[in-house]
Amino acid sequence: MQINYNFAFFDEGSKREIRRATLKAIAIPGYQVPFASREMPIARGWGTGGLQLTLSLVGRDDIVKVIDQGSDESVNAVSIKKLVQNTTDIRTTDETTQATLIQSRHRVPEIPLRAGQILVLQVPMPEPLRMYEPREAETKKLHAEKEYSGAWLMLFEQIMNYGSMTTGADHPVMVHDRYVMAPSPIPKFDNAKLNASEALILLGAGREKKIYAVPPYTKVVSLDFEDYPFETESFEDRSCRLCGATGVFMDELYDDASGTAYFQCNDTSYCLERMNEQSWREGAESR
Amino acid sequence: MGYVAVKGGTLAIEESLKRIKFERIKQGKVLDVARIEGGMRGLIDQIMSESSLYDETLAALAIKQAEGSPEEAVFLLRAYRSTLPRKHYSRAVHTREMRVERRISASFKDIPGGQILGASVDYSHRLLDFDLMHETDEDAARWLEAFAGERGSLPEAGCPPELMKVMDYLIEQGLMISPVDDNTEPDDVTRRSITFPASRSQKLQVLTRGQIGTVTSLAYAVIRGYGVSHPTVGELRVGRVPVCIDDPLGSGADAEDSYYIGEIKVTEAEMLMSAAVVKEQGGKELSFEIGYGLCYGQNETKAIAMGILDHSLEQGDSRFPTQDQEFVLYHIDSVESTGFMSHLKLPHYVTFQSKMNDVRKTKTTATTPEAEETKEVEELCK
Repeated sequence: MQINYNFAFFDEGSKREIRRATLKAIAIPGYQVPFASREMPIARGWGTGGLQLTLSLVGRDDIVKVIDQGSDESVNAVSIKKLVQNTTDIRTTDETTQATLIQSRHRVPEIPLRAGQILVLQVPMPEPLRMYEPREAETKKLHAEKEYSGAWLMLFEQIMNYGSMTTGADHPVMVHDRYVMAPSPIPKFDNAKLNASEALILLGAGREKKIYAVPPYTKVVSLDFEDYPFETESFEDRSCRLCGATGVFMDELYDDASGTAYFQCNDTSYCLERMNEQSWREGAESR
Repeated sequence: MGYVAVKGGTLAIEESLKRIKFERIKQGKVLDVARIEGGMRGLIDQIMSESSLYDETLAALAIKQAEGSPEEAVFLLRAYRSTLPRKHYSRAVHTREMRVERRISASFKDIPGGQILGASVDYSHRLLDFDLMHETDEDAARWLEAFAGERGSLPEAGCPPELMKVMDYLIEQGLMISPVDDNTEPDDVTRRSITFPASRSQKLQVLTRGQIGTVTSLAYAVIRGYGVSHPTVGELRVGRVPVCIDDPLGSGADAEDSYYIGEIKVTEAEMLMSAAVVKEQGGKELSFEIGYGLCYGQNETKAIAMGILDHSLEQGDSRFPTQDQEFVLYHIDSVESTGFMSHLKLPHYVTFQSKMNDVRKTKTTATTPEAEETKEVEELCK
């Protein structure tokens, strides 16, 4: 018994339904649209929301890039890319500029996205208010009434307790002055990239069955206070050990031999591209 | 142009996949899907129920592929289910039309139609049967022959559907208010995600798809003390019910024009709970309420537990987590809970880096507003 799956895994009806939810999400920036999330061949929590968006949108001419916490070669990125390729036979790439559709877990690529590209972010917890209100029925009301004092209070309490906001990744943002949104656990460093993005940004939460969107040129502001402004992770004067880049998000690695920490670009394809450019330039000079 | 290789993930995954296949077949023995289907009824029923996909053969295949892990087998079937177009909805299935194989009541000894024990482990002693170590197909054939000889024939697939329901008796006796049929079109949480407060059909659907262990544990919590109710099994039925669909070309929804497409085996539990009913003058009297459980296959523990949780969720007292719709319904799905557990194995380098940054910041600039204030005061005093 051999079963051949439909193009992009789903039956057409399912894809259409996911796209309908996506269109609604684009029409209401930052609003979480419920959708009938399907079970996928990869586990819940491993990017099923993002994957459903990708598979519902992908066409024969698309070029897909998949990154997991900055890496194209991370096991889960490889696995998702393989699934997309096996069920669609379309091209995949590591290069950000080449891709038409980028599915990412918790990073926005370092190379600025351009108009026409779609960035799909995988979301574990779509509800920014869940931390202090466990009930969905309640948080839905809070959003409807734009009642976000809890979100501010949460940040305020962190400042009172620790002297700074300690949201880690997934620092809440205000989308177009209307909805407080979980930007997915991207580092604070990436929050600014959501603001007035040229590319369409879609966020998919498979287990929690929500799709939401930041359409191009939408205003996205990280929540903060006048006297405690939003601060990104700082890598001060660190530079990448491999390509020498500064001002990018870095992985902190530990050198067994010397017992010291060193840094390198978290966005591996960005780093690779820079290194190739450098070696190409050196080659050209020596010739 | 020298390319720097920072690769390796792809190859490592391929090798890991080979290792999992190796683990499955390393003893040089391969399971026959037909044998799984023939001999692992309990596991198949559990998996069909949690997958909400009724197909014994596919369940057997999933069991083989998953090396017998229920969570993995359910996962495989659910993913397969996502690729199937939904062409028809069946007409409502009536369990009164069930061809009953087993039917018991813990409420009344003499129920009309009698107690039908059917096949059950309830009355067995759980002693390992070492004879099974060397059981052969020939042994099985011989036993079947002898069994048929003893009875005149092999058992049929159930008695004809003419058994009265225990509930009918209670209604007749005035001990239970006759429930009103709710004929609103049921919701389908696999096509439209669940909303809160959830409709009864949404609740029942999520419960019947729930992971057997979770459904059982939460129901156990109900009867042990978290939202106390002491239920009685009014009636438990195991048997086959016919499934029909409306004529896809016809316009009406006339039962006469519907097509019979087969039958499914289900377990149905009607749980009775006593509840106070306020009378007109403010006095109270006791009456019986029902909790309903229905699931694919012979899954008696699950059907009973589902009945208890159904009743519990209808109470909606938020003091008890077992009566809290979101608490129960959001957390009992096998694919969702196991998936999110396993996601913790994924790299969290970025998110952890981000958290580390926060932690360091609180350590280096450990000046809380209060501390700062004290410092200011101290400076002023100088």
